[in-house]
Amino acid sequence: MTTLLATERIKLFTTRSPWWSTLLALGMTIGFAALVALNHSGGPLTVRHSQFGAQFGLMIVTVMAALAITTEYRFATIRATFQAVPHRTAVLLAKTAVVAVLAAVIGEVAAFGSWITARVIDGGPEMNLVTGGDWRAVAGLGLVYAVGAVIAVAVGTLIRQSAGAISVLLIWPLLVENLVQLIPRVGEDIHNWMPFTAVSRFTDSTVPGPIGPWASLAYFAGVAAVLLVAALAVAEKRDA
Amino acid sequence: MIEAVGLTKRYGNTLAVDNLSFSVPTGRVTGFLGPNGAGKSTTMRMILGLDTPTGGSALIDGKRYRDLHQPLRTVGALLDAKWVHPNRSARAHLAWMARSNNLSAGRVDEVLDLVGLTGVANKRAGGFSLGMSQRLGIAAALLGDPQVLLFDEPVNGLDPEGILWIRKFMHRLADEGRTVFVSSHLLSEMALTAQELVVIGRGKLISQSSTEDFVAMATENTVKVRGPQLTALRSELGRAGVTIRDEGDSLIVSGMDCADIGELAARTQTVLHELSPQRGSLEEAFIQLTGDSVEYHTDLVDGATPATLVPAGK
Amino acid sequence: MTLLAVERMKLLTTRSPWWCALLALVLTIGFSALMAGTSDAADPMNISATQFGYGFGLVVIMVMAALAVTTEYRFSTIRATFLAVPRRPSPLVAKATVVALLAGVVGEAAAFGSWGIAKLIKPTSDLAINSSYDWRAIAGVGLVYAVAAVIAVAVGLMLRHSAGAIAVLMIWTQLAEPLVQLIPKVGDKIHKWLPFNVANKFITGNPDPSARDVLHGPPPSDAVLAPWPAIAAFAAFAVVLFAVAVTVANRRDA
Repeated sequence: MTTLLATERIKLFTTRSPWWSTLLALGMTIGFAALVALNHSGGPLTVRHSQFGAQFGLMIVTVMAALAITTEYRFATIRATFQAVPHRTAVLLAKTAVVAVLAAVIGEVAAFGSWITARVIDGGPEMNLVTGGDWRAVAGLGLVYAVGAVIAVAVGTLIRQSAGAISVLLIWPLLVENLVQLIPRVGEDIHNWMPFTAVSRFTDSTVPGPIGPWASLAYFAGVAAVLLVAALAVAEKRDA
Repeated sequence: MIEAVGLTKRYGNTLAVDNLSFSVPTGRVTGFLGPNGAGKSTTMRMILGLDTPTGGSALIDGKRYRDLHQPLRTVGALLDAKWVHPNRSARAHLAWMARSNNLSAGRVDEVLDLVGLTGVANKRAGGFSLGMSQRLGIAAALLGDPQVLLFDEPVNGLDPEGILWIRKFMHRLADEGRTVFVSSHLLSEMALTAQELVVIGRGKLISQSSTEDFVAMATENTVKVRGPQLTALRSELGRAGVTIRDEGDSLIVSGMDCADIGELAARTQTVLHELSPQRGSLEEAFIQLTGDSVEYHTDLVDGATPATLVPAGK
Repeated sequence: MTLLAVERMKLLTTRSPWWCALLALVLTIGFSALMAGTSDAADPMNISATQFGYGFGLVVIMVMAALAVTTEYRFSTIRATFLAVPRRPSPLVAKATVVALLAGVVGEAAAFGSWGIAKLIKPTSDLAINSSYDWRAIAGVGLVYAVAAVIAVAVGLMLRHSAGAIAVLMIWTQLAEPLVQLIPKVGDKIHKWLPFNVANKFITGNPDPSARDVLHGPPPSDAVLAPWPAIAAFAAFAVVLFAVAVTVANRRDA
């Protein structure tokens, strides 16, 4: 497995998209933190405010993660990959792990970078990491990004096309999850159990929901696991 | 040794490969011959475990590809030179492949040197010419120093220099005792490269034999005899029971070689202007054998043999 | 005219426009059916609720429009295009026109289809199209889709990569625009002038006096422009963006 992890690490970092995705995600999150801190008025700046760009970072990370697998199909290097290592499940798990670790690192750097930036600009006592909620809002971001990356790799493996995978991955959390709550009667219940909505309760304790923050993260991870298993099963059966 | 047993691949209603059985002997260059669309690439993908056969199996040294441990050490393959990420350098492409099968990083430099790409190793593969991509593909195939090598149409689109290079390379690999399985739709190319031939058409096996046998079987050996006065010779040949056909002012004789005809001409005191062995064109023979199984037809085939080119029932 | 025919052939002989058009129709009309099916006396069906899927249709149409140009770069057919017509602005304008027309047609079909299916499911609810608001809320969808398609073509032309263009379009319309208003102090002022928010004003702006709740439909807009100036501004923005994209494409090696 270490061999496969090393292989996937080489593959990921010898293309350009992870690099600019990382830069873009960090620029967006930290940039927004600075923007918010500079323009803040009315009430003290809080830890939550510093994480304004978290959603942008997450979207960029999911795009990066999806591209890590769809470009393999796009350039048919997936065939070279499966030729080198015919155990497809092992290869894809290694890829998922490498991408998730990168996503986690981006998440942590983005979150702490944003927090420090905001603090430097306008640091009051509300900017200290005190409660569990504060810590989850900042240090928890890496976990969310990592699980989000797993979902993206799974969706990318299932769809195999960059355009399709990215559309689904962006339209789903940004549009579908928000709009369903407008459906009369059932909308609110469905909305509560939408994966990205659920995980927002992990990083933002002010969002009300049916389950607690850690349970919400576990639920998000459960969704990712189900998608990943489906993707692995499909990739194993499908002609490469 | 590669062995295909009853290999079948169906896409919807199309049978791309139809109950195909053949074996590729160890230590020789075996040509995999068939017209475009005959199912050669599909067969190779099934051998490499990329596509799952609808029926039958393909085994390498008795094992399915997917069951090989570190397969690049056993089998090297070049199916399509463009299966490379265009933004990755040649070295990075080989580096991840080497890493995946625990091959040393030094091996990457060795194969780069072997195919003459050392100078451009750090350039992005997307900018490579077809010939360079092909060399990179061969480097990838050789990475694990495998005993078995598969190449799919390796000379397609190459310039004469590139073709010569590949051809020499194949011979060198075979001389080293490796098993080489190489596909082509050009019989003339295969006649120069391969010792054994597996010929398929429309996914079905047409023949498996040595290249010599195939060529002999496929082509009719005749002798052309030309001269001002051939009547006497003609009647003498007739008595010998050979087949004679008139072609302008010459005779086309089949069933007797040049030496015997020469003797006969001397005996009948016939003046000859030409006495030459005729080998039917390899391509013609190939078309005759696979004619029934060509996937796509044009009506532009020269008028002589349309009957053999139109498959029954169409 | 020839170029329009050429671009029409190019667009409709690939599969993605058909898939996207179908998906846009299924999503918009399907959501309208869902809304109508779940409506009751407390939440009656209204004109705006029939257009619940408007946002879905919009993003799908923009993906379609972006792909129409990025796939040309992906498969290098853009070179064949420029070989056939070396004056580059002409084929690009033709392409944008054809894509916008298709987007407009899909938009009208989606909007009236959504309205029709709601009427079918809940014949008793008040779905009469009377006021200018009602007309804009339904017939206006095609217009917004057409202009949005031009924006998507422009973005595709500038970025040349499907993944990049789609990511930019999605993040911009679905994330950046709504999030901007959360920036303290300046956020609201910026948000009022962001193009897709302005475009929404055309669909949801100036609700009619019967005061139907627009909340069930496309998001209400806080743009300061009136509906028609709003769509004009949106169109002007699209034209400028497209002009920039054409200029870039004209200078760049194909």
